Amino acid sequence: MSSEHIYKQYDNELEAVRAKVLEMGSLVEQQIVDALESLVSHDTKLAETVIKRDHMVNALEVQIDEDCSYIIARRQPAAGDLRIILMMIKTITDLERIGDEAAKIARFSQKTIETDRMWKPRFAEIKLMATLAREMLHMSLDAFARSDATKVLPIAQMDEQVDEQYQTTIRQLITFMLEDPRTISMSLEVLFVSKAIERIGDHAKNISEYVVYMVKGKDVRHISMEEMEEVAKQP
Amino acid sequence: MNTTTQSLKAETRNLNFFYNGGNHAVKNVSMPLYENKITALIGPSGCGKSTFLRCFNRMHDLYPGNKYEGQIVMHPDNTNILEQGVDAIEVRMRISMVFQKPNPFPKSIYENVAYGLRVRGENNKRMLDDKVEEALKGAAIWNEVKDRLQDLAFNLSGGQQQRLCIARALATEPEIMLFDEPTSALDPIATANIEELMSELKNKLTILVVTHNMQQAARVSDYTAYMYLGEMMEYGDTDTIFTRPTRKETEDYITGKFG
Repeated sequence: MSSEHIYKQYDNELEAVRAKVLEMGSLVEQQIVDALESLVSHDTKLAETVIKRDHMVNALEVQIDEDCSYIIARRQPAAGDLRIILMMIKTITDLERIGDEAAKIARFSQKTIETDRMWKPRFAEIKLMATLAREMLHMSLDAFARSDATKVLPIAQMDEQVDEQYQTTIRQLITFMLEDPRTISMSLEVLFVSKAIERIGDHAKNISEYVVYMVKGKDVRHISMEEMEEVAKQP
Repeated sequence: MNTTTQSLKAETRNLNFFYNGGNHAVKNVSMPLYENKITALIGPSGCGKSTFLRCFNRMHDLYPGNKYEGQIVMHPDNTNILEQGVDAIEVRMRISMVFQKPNPFPKSIYENVAYGLRVRGENNKRMLDDKVEEALKGAAIWNEVKDRLQDLAFNLSGGQQQRLCIARALATEPEIMLFDEPTSALDPIATANIEELMSELKNKLTILVVTHNMQQAARVSDYTAYMYLGEMMEYGDTDTIFTRPTRKETEDYITGKFG
């Protein structure tokens, strides 16, 4: 927000919601980190924490939705203010879903630890994918915090990398399953976790597109990377 | 977004008002007025909201034949300001009013603000200077007029005149301030300035505002009351009234489907 409203209270209200969205974002980031850590280090307690904390993510979504509805009803936001409100309402839906994916990973992690079935060799690839997806989310939130559309440009490319790695993982898992049917249940678990990570990447990419909409006023969903680059770089 | 605890500044209890000739303009209205909050009255023309507002500073006393029933009680002293024997001038010191059209007196800027104080018997020049400056600052107009306090008030713009009227109302340090359509004669920026000023003023006093402009009620008020045909249809905190009113009549009015 570059300049202030005559209504200072309006500025305060917008800033308060913005801060809540960022708070929700960092909470969700932490959920991803902890969910994966629980998987890698066989930490059931940490997995439990992630699952328990999911309600905090949900509560923030409800709160922010309510705050936004009050601002719309009371302030009739226009132009940039309207875009930031719309953007936040959409962003928190994606954040909440990322939170669900993290909780899902934590539940898988619990299950695999309990049955002692986790398959160490697959961790490396999952971790790489996960790091990328997390970085995408981090960059999207950073771009939102700074209202800087150029910061989201690498994200579309990173999403393609995540998708590629997901495909590679699937192909490898299929090979394992064909070679030895006893690996099927383990493979499926790895597959579910990979799928969750791939979805996190998709949600992060969505958020990055909302940032461009918020800053530039252009809807960049469903357009090519080149077009998006052009929009983001416009002064 | 109202989370702090509320204390009552005033309340009406079964308030009825009859104009000379029998028109029953306010019907059995009981409504709280919370301290340091802004309460907005909305409703279509002729619904009785201005009549209701004017009961608060006994404006109707000026015309014979008008009749009040019920009570308007001020807290914490529990004074029923409608009771016979309560001096209307004293009431107006405690409850001041700002009107739809700016109505400065044909005097200098300084004298407009000093007027109420002089009526009260204040003649000490230094005291008056201080109070006038304080009131003008409180009404966010000091910087614009400090170098021309002796100019005629009519030379100010409409928005400035309205802020001057607010300063005039502030000078006697009222506990409640009534605003009757305070911005309907002003442009959007002057309106925004007045509304922002109201939000600042509520730290010092309690505000009751009548407005035709629902968005204004949504922007400035903490509580909103919807009136129709002299009755209070719905009262609630503004967030609730504007997002999920309980009565269909309220919903129809605020969404523009009335009638």
